[in-house]
Amino acid sequence: MISARILRGVAGVAGFLIVGELTIRFGLTDDVVFPPPSLVLWEAMGLLADPVFLSGVAITLTNWALGLIASVVIAVPLGVLLGSLASVERATRPLLEFLRPIPSVAIIPLAILLIPVDSMMKVSVIVYASLWPVLINTLYGMHDVDPLAKESLRSFGFGAIDVLRRVSLPSAAPFMLTGVRIAAGIALILAVSAELLAGGTGGIGVFVIQAGSGNRTDLILAATFWAGIIGMVANSLLVLAERRLFHWHQARTGATT
Amino acid sequence: MLEISNLSHVYGSGPGAHHAIEGLNLSVAEGELLCIVGPSGAGKSTLLRSIAGLIQPTGGEVRIEGKLVKQTPDNLAVVFQDYSRSLFPWMSVADNVALPLRRKKMDKQQRRAAAQEALESVGLAEAGKKYPFQLSGGMQQRVAIARALAYRPALMLMDEPFGSVDAQTREDLEDLVLQVRGHHKMTIVLITHDIDESVYVGDRVVVLSKAPAHVVGDLKVELASPRDQITTREHSDFVHLRAEVGRLVRGLERTPA
Repeated sequence: MISARILRGVAGVAGFLIVGELTIRFGLTDDVVFPPPSLVLWEAMGLLADPVFLSGVAITLTNWALGLIASVVIAVPLGVLLGSLASVERATRPLLEFLRPIPSVAIIPLAILLIPVDSMMKVSVIVYASLWPVLINTLYGMHDVDPLAKESLRSFGFGAIDVLRRVSLPSAAPFMLTGVRIAAGIALILAVSAELLAGGTGGIGVFVIQAGSGNRTDLILAATFWAGIIGMVANSLLVLAERRLFHWHQARTGATT
Repeated sequence: MLEISNLSHVYGSGPGAHHAIEGLNLSVAEGELLCIVGPSGAGKSTLLRSIAGLIQPTGGEVRIEGKLVKQTPDNLAVVFQDYSRSLFPWMSVADNVALPLRRKKMDKQQRRAAAQEALESVGLAEAGKKYPFQLSGGMQQRVAIARALAYRPALMLMDEPFGSVDAQTREDLEDLVLQVRGHHKMTIVLITHDIDESVYVGDRVVVLSKAPAHVVGDLKVELASPRDQITTREHSDFVHLRAEVGRLVRGLERTPA
């Protein structure tokens, strides 16, 4: 079953690459300079031996991880607090609803002006962008806690703190992890975008800018390829973690994939 | 052991207020198995929540073993109708049963042993490592009953405990309740809308009026023990009693005995 699915996926990717290759090599006019997939993949493999690119990846991933961790540390307790105190949530809801849809990339120029330390600026915009999905999903998870489950524990004489710790938090945990998974993707976008806009000593985005100034579209795409792979791997690992840790949740909601 | 005097509860206020209970008096003796029947929407669940301290009644008082109920008492356990919501899906069956025992001075080993013993007494000796969602509805309700039993409450409240299972399972669970009360010394108050069930299970049946609920009938059930689903139900005393309770529930006059 699984192997058939993987096989189909591989066939899809291979088909896409072959069609791309043929279109670029034979279909396009000579005016358009676009590197064919074979060249991009070749360069991408070459980047694995490029110390400048590798140290850039390390810088980007460090910012990404720091930002993601900080956003979880801020957003989860905040979400739990707001989710437990209905009046506070009602007071802050309009503000959240206004801030949330603002594209986080739009605050990068502001951050560049306000935060002089380059890495701190980058981590800050990642934190800002990742906060929302973690916060909103935590809130959603807190609202989803079954009142009867809380009553069940209360009926044995447990107090509010115990109900929070033993019912609300475990019940909301799968939603929190989903929030982290969504935030991980957004954090990577912001990590690279901040580098594209602000430059810096290194990073995937910085590498792309430098490749661009040398007219190396093949290198731009090769670096982008690795950014995509990183995002995909992070997402898959978190999906795996959700399934491992919260199999009861999958069973309850009837999710099979 | 349970004294309810002049209990009233009103939801909301003003012209839209709902008077669920008004001037309800009831006392239950130690070791008694009392069934409370009434038409649906009669405020039965409100009564149960008031006894359990899950809501603060707007008038009157509830005393358990002489102590006024203000919060959820320590010596009480509740079995709710909706087992799938009342059991914690993130915990194994054994952990679900053992969790309330944290309120007692028991170490981990003692809690585990008590949980296993309770599971054995409901016929689920092998199910401890499973998760609730892996069990049938009837088995989940057995787990909920085991959880209440393990806690060794002085008073066990059951809110329509067999309302969500099929007829065959329902009979099995009724017999289970009769069987466990033989082993454990406790008082049981079972709320149901099923007239036959109230007579079959109870030592005494109290009939509530429509909301605002008060007691309209109080009958002693003097049927031979042990009861049997076939022979007890065909006995003329059972037939007579269920007719009497049925007339009370429908608001008709009691027939002269």
